[in-house]
Amino acid sequence: MHPAPPPNAARASLTGLMGLAFVACLWAPARADEVSVAVAANFIAPMQQIVAAFERESGHQVTLSSGATGKFYAQITHGAPFHVLLAADDTTPQRLEQEGRAVAGSRFTYAVGRLVLWSAQPGYVDAGGQVLRTGDFAHLAVANPKLAPYGLAAQQTLEKLGVADRLKPRWVMGENIAQTYQFVATGNAPLGFVALSQVMEKGRIARGSAWQVPADMHDPIRQDAVLLNKGQGHAAATALLAYLRSENARAVIRSYGYAF
Amino acid sequence: MQLSAEDWSAIGLTLRLAALTTALLLVLCTPLAWWLAHTRSRWRGPIAAVVALPLVLPPTVLGFYLLVLMGPAGPLGTLTQSLGLGTLPFTFGGLVVGSVAYSLPFAVQPLQRAFESLGARPLEVAATLGAGPVDRFITVVLPLARPGFITAGILSFAHTVGEFGVVLMLGGNIPGVTRVVSVQIYDHVEAMEYAQAHWLAGGMVAFSFIVLLALQWWQPERPRP
Repeated sequence: MHPAPPPNAARASLTGLMGLAFVACLWAPARADEVSVAVAANFIAPMQQIVAAFERESGHQVTLSSGATGKFYAQITHGAPFHVLLAADDTTPQRLEQEGRAVAGSRFTYAVGRLVLWSAQPGYVDAGGQVLRTGDFAHLAVANPKLAPYGLAAQQTLEKLGVADRLKPRWVMGENIAQTYQFVATGNAPLGFVALSQVMEKGRIARGSAWQVPADMHDPIRQDAVLLNKGQGHAAATALLAYLRSENARAVIRSYGYAF
Repeated sequence: MQLSAEDWSAIGLTLRLAALTTALLLVLCTPLAWWLAHTRSRWRGPIAAVVALPLVLPPTVLGFYLLVLMGPAGPLGTLTQSLGLGTLPFTFGGLVVGSVAYSLPFAVQPLQRAFESLGARPLEVAATLGAGPVDRFITVVLPLARPGFITAGILSFAHTVGEFGVVLMLGGNIPGVTRVVSVQIYDHVEAMEYAQAHWLAGGMVAFSFIVLLALQWWQPERPRP
């Protein structure tokens, strides 16, 4: 059996060692900054790709939270710790700017969304969208127009086609575009209005059948980004927003079916 | 009062859903709870665990998998389609099925505990006095297990009224069919209509409080030591 070291000396040296370790942690070399981003549900896939490239080039870390723009507005209004908001519309960032919760002049359109009428079944949706007039489907999936810009665009498209009243009883509404896509992808709704970015893979629509709604059928789905108050003066956040406008980022955004 | 016609429709729908779910649960779970309380089969453990699953599964997970199972490609959906019923998502019936699954443990467990606490003695005594099994159940078990039934009923009702995740995944937010109060409140908040959200939420809390309070008075007096 080893003789125990004198208790006081052991305790003193252990405390000294821990203290040194603690100070060493505080004295760490300047780390790259971490940016906290709230991103609209429909844009999460391209954003992950853009962020991967940004992190490699700049050395900064980015954490993404994906969700509904309306929810982000409520959270940001109540102090959520985001630096940057990538919304699904242009009204929410504008509202945040007007209410003084975002940095004035930092707002810009990072993408223009494209609407598509999609079905998981190949051959169900024709290239002209005539299925809306002739089809016998029980359910049409649409994002809630009150909450989601893609839902509002879908409603405008149906009104322009003159089929809105006839089809309204068959709507099933998703809370956001991601849920709308789930309804169609699981086959519960034979067809629905989703974001082109959700069904586009490597530049083409990989599954099912679709009608790409012409841009003049609805108000443009402008998706704006803005620097929030918590991100003011945050070098990495500003760098990320600048990177979003770069040609590299735009190439990625374009490949997911967005316009500018 | 700032409640619109849509809000009232959501309230009525929620109460109908909760009432129907509670009635179905009490009918379905009484035999199940009885079996769990008295059986010595080796299936007791696994079945009790399956019954308790909705307690630990996040409601949106439960709702999503119900959406898949009840959809045209899923086993339940194929069954309902072959019976000529179409598919269950986006219907009131689909919500009832989802709510029954979601609130199952809240009905089974209080009933099971109530049946277990009876013990075998009152039933043996009744049998020696010549009562048949059905008679024993109705005249001995039901009155003695009444607190268990009341608890199971209250919990199932309240749990269904508060249900959100499952309805969100299965419902499709159809006014008058699947747009229940929890989804309506959520929509108001998302659309930044906070005043309406407050009225609806406040009304539901007040209503629930009054119902729960009233049911407390209904409980039989517990014997004082």
